[in-house]
Amino acid sequence: MSDHDTDDQIEDLPLEALPLDAWHRAKGARMVPFAGYEMPIQYEGIVAEHNWTRESAGLFDVSHMGQLLLSGPDLDAAVEAVLPIDLSTLKPGRQRYSLLLNEEGGVLDDLMVSRMEDGSLYLVVNGATKWDDIGTLREALPDDITLNHMDEQALIALQGPKAADALARHAPEAAALTFMTFGTFALAGHKVQIARAGYTGEDGFEISLAAEAAAEIADLLCGEPEVKPIGLGARDSLRLEAGLPLYGHDLSPETSPIEAGLIFGINKRRRAEGGFPGATRIIREIAEGTGRKWVGLKIEGRLPAREGAEVFSGSEKVGIVTSGGFSPTLQAPIAMAYVSAANAAPGTALEVEVRGKRLAATVAPTPFVPHRYYRGS
Amino acid sequence: MRYFTDEHEWIDVAGDVATVGITDYAQGQLGDIVFVELPAVGTKIEKGKDAAVVESVKAASDVYAPITGEVIEVNGALEEDPSLVNTDPQGEGWFFKMTIADSAQLEGLMDEAAYKDFVASL
Repeated sequence: MSDHDTDDQIEDLPLEALPLDAWHRAKGARMVPFAGYEMPIQYEGIVAEHNWTRESAGLFDVSHMGQLLLSGPDLDAAVEAVLPIDLSTLKPGRQRYSLLLNEEGGVLDDLMVSRMEDGSLYLVVNGATKWDDIGTLREALPDDITLNHMDEQALIALQGPKAADALARHAPEAAALTFMTFGTFALAGHKVQIARAGYTGEDGFEISLAAEAAAEIADLLCGEPEVKPIGLGARDSLRLEAGLPLYGHDLSPETSPIEAGLIFGINKRRRAEGGFPGATRIIREIAEGTGRKWVGLKIEGRLPAREGAEVFSGSEKVGIVTSGGFSPTLQAPIAMAYVSAANAAPGTALEVEVRGKRLAATVAPTPFVPHRYYRGS
Repeated sequence: MRYFTDEHEWIDVAGDVATVGITDYAQGQLGDIVFVELPAVGTKIEKGKDAAVVESVKAASDVYAPITGEVIEVNGALEEDPSLVNTDPQGEGWFFKMTIADSAQLEGLMDEAAYKDFVASL
């Protein structure tokens, strides 16, 4: 018995332990290498954890992600030269999805940008790319912009329809946040930053807190009847159902955000004005369209098609799967794939090849499972 | 007599027929199994080479032939309910039955006690 693919980022560097390492092990987690850390892939089982998050609330340790704080004179202009974001419309307490692009318009990373009360910018970037991101940002930003890697901070996500109920018992004011807003709150006496956001398609929160408080807060939240710890395995199946891209799989330096359907990551004023890395290609693709598009696929039967599986229309190869698996919610295989624009319309009948077998697949709208973000009552 | 491999397959020998499956340890490592791809009846499989594929939510994993022989029956129940491999891996979750081309190949395999020690050492 052996895994076909070890799709985790295994680097040559020795694996590091995250602040909640011992906490995960005590909860019975199976730990695997991911993004240079040992991380919990599952506790009781991926499907049980997946379903629990969809029905109740799950706690995810995402402390491997990079938390960065940018500050300094003329910060907005400096950052706008690097990211295709319109910072003139990003008010304190709000966060927005953005993209780190190379000069060719390829994706180096996707990230969240939050405006702090003092005008500084708090970024959350992917774990596997954070060191490269820091290098790219330091290189691109003027010397008088300070980049603080907040590596003393942990990051915990609380996701699911009952996340707000559980959190409200400890930080009632945080339950008033709406999707993509954040604030500073007291949680068990610790000062924490809570954003209403996540990566599961469900309502939920991301809590940035001091590493030394992480175990106490994780215990506090998992002490609520709605909350269980959830591993990376379910995190992946949840985000796939939600149609959300995973960097390194669905996004890479070889993909443009326009073909990935992430035009919202290129803010309107920037589409008109340009002035960010890769703008020439991005603006051209917005005007002319792209040769291929990132789409959802529903696959007949029960056999999942995974990353790397080729997509066909008749005998013609028209695309490739970038993420795929079995959807616990739909009880069927689902996938995300780049396919030629001519084959990208929902309802298009295609085939996916898995170990020499052709599986019937249909282009499907995403998300596969509807998002349930809280945008206010 | 039941034998075990270091690839976490079990093989039950009754006369000249061997029944093959994966161990409880293996199913625990794989997690929730959503699909089992079994070899066709009549397939000649070779010790140590691919015989079946198990798809869990997370990944696809190969199952190797513990010995050389020919597949004579497969567990059709797994098509309907692949989770049998999780719930009863060493019983109803069996994969296939095969002939035994060379019974000497059985000698290199572990018995239950040896396999238990092997798993404990992992």
